Amino acid sequence: MKSISPLIAAALLAATLPAHAALKVFATVPEWGALANELGGDKVSVYTATGPLQDPHHVEAKPSLIARARTAQLVIATGAELEVGWLPLVLQQAGNPNVAPGKPGYFEAARFVTMLEIPTRLDRAEGDVHAAGNPHIQQDPHNIARIADALAKRLAEIDPGNAAAYQARYQSFSSRWNSAIAKWEKDAAPLKGVGVLVQHRAFPYLSHWLGLQEVAALEPKPGIEPTSAHLSEVLALIQRQPVKMVIRTAYSNGRPSEWLSSRANIPAVVLPFTVGGTDKSKDLFGLFDDTVQRLLAGVK
Amino acid sequence: MFKPIYSLTALAVAVSAPLAAHAADNKELTEIREQIKLLKDHYESRIQALESRLKETEAKTRTAEAAPEAQKTTAVASAPAQARQAPSGNNTFNPAVSLVLQGRYANLSQDPNGFAISGFIPGGEIGPGERGFSLSETELTLSANVDDKFYGQTTFAVTPEDEIEVEEAYIRTSALPAGFSLKAGRFFSGIGYQNEQHAHAWDFVDAPLAYQAFFGGQFGNDGVQLKWVAPTDLFLELGAEAGNGANFPGTSRNKNGANSGALTAKLGGDIGSATSWRVGVSGLRTHAESREHTQTDLAGNDAVNSFTGKSRIAIADFVLKYAPNGNPLVTNFKLQGEYFRRKETGDLTYDSNGELTLAGLGAANTDAYRSNQSGWYLQGIYQFMPQWRVGVRYDRLNPGTVDLASNAANLDAPGFKPNKSTIMFDWSPSEFSIVRLQAARDRTQADATDNQIFLQYIMTLGAHGAHKF
Repeated sequence: MKSISPLIAAALLAATLPAHAALKVFATVPEWGALANELGGDKVSVYTATGPLQDPHHVEAKPSLIARARTAQLVIATGAELEVGWLPLVLQQAGNPNVAPGKPGYFEAARFVTMLEIPTRLDRAEGDVHAAGNPHIQQDPHNIARIADALAKRLAEIDPGNAAAYQARYQSFSSRWNSAIAKWEKDAAPLKGVGVLVQHRAFPYLSHWLGLQEVAALEPKPGIEPTSAHLSEVLALIQRQPVKMVIRTAYSNGRPSEWLSSRANIPAVVLPFTVGGTDKSKDLFGLFDDTVQRLLAGVK
Repeated sequence: MFKPIYSLTALAVAVSAPLAAHAADNKELTEIREQIKLLKDHYESRIQALESRLKETEAKTRTAEAAPEAQKTTAVASAPAQARQAPSGNNTFNPAVSLVLQGRYANLSQDPNGFAISGFIPGGEIGPGERGFSLSETELTLSANVDDKFYGQTTFAVTPEDEIEVEEAYIRTSALPAGFSLKAGRFFSGIGYQNEQHAHAWDFVDAPLAYQAFFGGQFGNDGVQLKWVAPTDLFLELGAEAGNGANFPGTSRNKNGANSGALTAKLGGDIGSATSWRVGVSGLRTHAESREHTQTDLAGNDAVNSFTGKSRIAIADFVLKYAPNGNPLVTNFKLQGEYFRRKETGDLTYDSNGELTLAGLGAANTDAYRSNQSGWYLQGIYQFMPQWRVGVRYDRLNPGTVDLASNAANLDAPGFKPNKSTIMFDWSPSEFSIVRLQAARDRTQADATDNQIFLQYIMTLGAHGAHKF
């Protein structure tokens, strides 16, 4: 017995301590996974909990997620209730107190940006509204810049041995990002004031950034599937307030916007929404390159 | 004492921000400056704060002028400090409160009072429930972190008979390291797949026949549970439970120590991005003392029998979920099945009219009892378009072998294999509401097929429910 217990202890230790291994990051959505890779490089090993074609609202606390959260050293979430249906349960079941909300191992991106669409009325009759504001914050590259700054600091805090590496990577990312923003803003100038329809209220940050005019949403209420009655109302509305296109996320059900597109004779534009949402959006730079290009193609 | 004035001024600044694009607002700005000047004499330090706020507001006003179409958004964004501190998660209200409202209409071709599962000793809450309109349990759940080390949750079920039951009430550790967590109190056991789910999370109106036959619906008791999640990419969770085993198939025994014990092992993962799976094996051991049930004997009397002994149940379960690209929004499919085997050994007391203590009125006979019974169900749920699902379930029980010893002279050894076929449709306009239509052909007794139709609603108020796998 005595000879066995040190063995067990050693095995447990080996299993729980990722000695000289990369920092294990659990990102809830692809954009934070991509950002962690930008800032961490080979110092981090990133697991992304959802794919670009998954609606991050509608995910279940799958066994695979619990297993990954169990060994994670840093959880990067959007927050603002985007993952409210599954992340608390995943973290609860994982038995990993290092990544519990409130601990340095739990990073919530929405804390570092200015939220839009904070509801004045919290009522489920208004649909799937989030008390903290619209959670789709990754649609504005200025938000990414703010979050990158905070995340680089957090990485250095959790993994102080590599603090210099994180800082260096952040500096490099930041300068490339700022020049990319300047280019996107220049390219996207013709989009200012352009009227658009959105399928889900997923784009306030994008519209705010580029000056798009969201005339209406195809969903009658956030998170409620478009109904034919509501689509007819939207059709009538855009007779008076012309729009150039109807935009949706890569993971949205295509039928409502395709239907409207054919009736109103405007293009239905699918935006990548996150890294990997389209073939060209391979990383964060590609995400905004492609988003801007697709919008520009929509106004032509 | 100047606080109200400051608040008012700040409010005025905030409110006027988006409107300041209009010329008229210059007057307001002047007014604010005058007020500041007035207050300066009294509160130098606070003035600075207000001035900086004013600058911020003016900056926003310029933004609003530059992009007048973005006015609405700017108005919303003008409270950034507030937004950053906005709490999120289930502790927005402390504790998180959720209320589940459930009601139904049932049309049953057989009298539900005569419900029995042929060949299986009944216990717990079984059967299709009342005919006609009725309220199902109304569930109130409160939960929150107790402190940095414990989490607590309780679910009260208000029954249609106006009784309040403590369905679950437990605390759980939240700070144990290395994948461990400990739960204590009253909770649904982690055995099987569906056992831990509350009735409102089931895909059908009623519990599978196997759950009714072996657990009287669902197994929960008062006790402790230790769980450990392995530090592997493949999900592996081991659990051990000890409890008072006061519920069917156990009984309360007025003894120290544990009266029930359970072991669970679960393994799960993903296949590509579209499919997720979990398999589990678990075992439960309970003791029963004078567990009474009514049974028709060979002479046609309603005999009252009682069992004392131990009950061991083994369960194998699996669940597989598929959604194109892992996105269940439009279509998705779920396949779920569980197999149960129960062995009971002990003594059975047969009493022909239930009054053995009254001399001469009945015949009581106690002898050895040994049974080995099994059952399973398989169900598939398919969401064929957003909000709409269809599901089928097949239930089958095998009464197996029942050795009654000398009681075989009084009681029948079962031979009929109960089974049930169910189909359901449900509509879920949001994740907080479900309306369900279910039809079933229930053949739990050899001579009586029950054709059942249910119409049910399940609605949730309050805290956002968890998307349990």
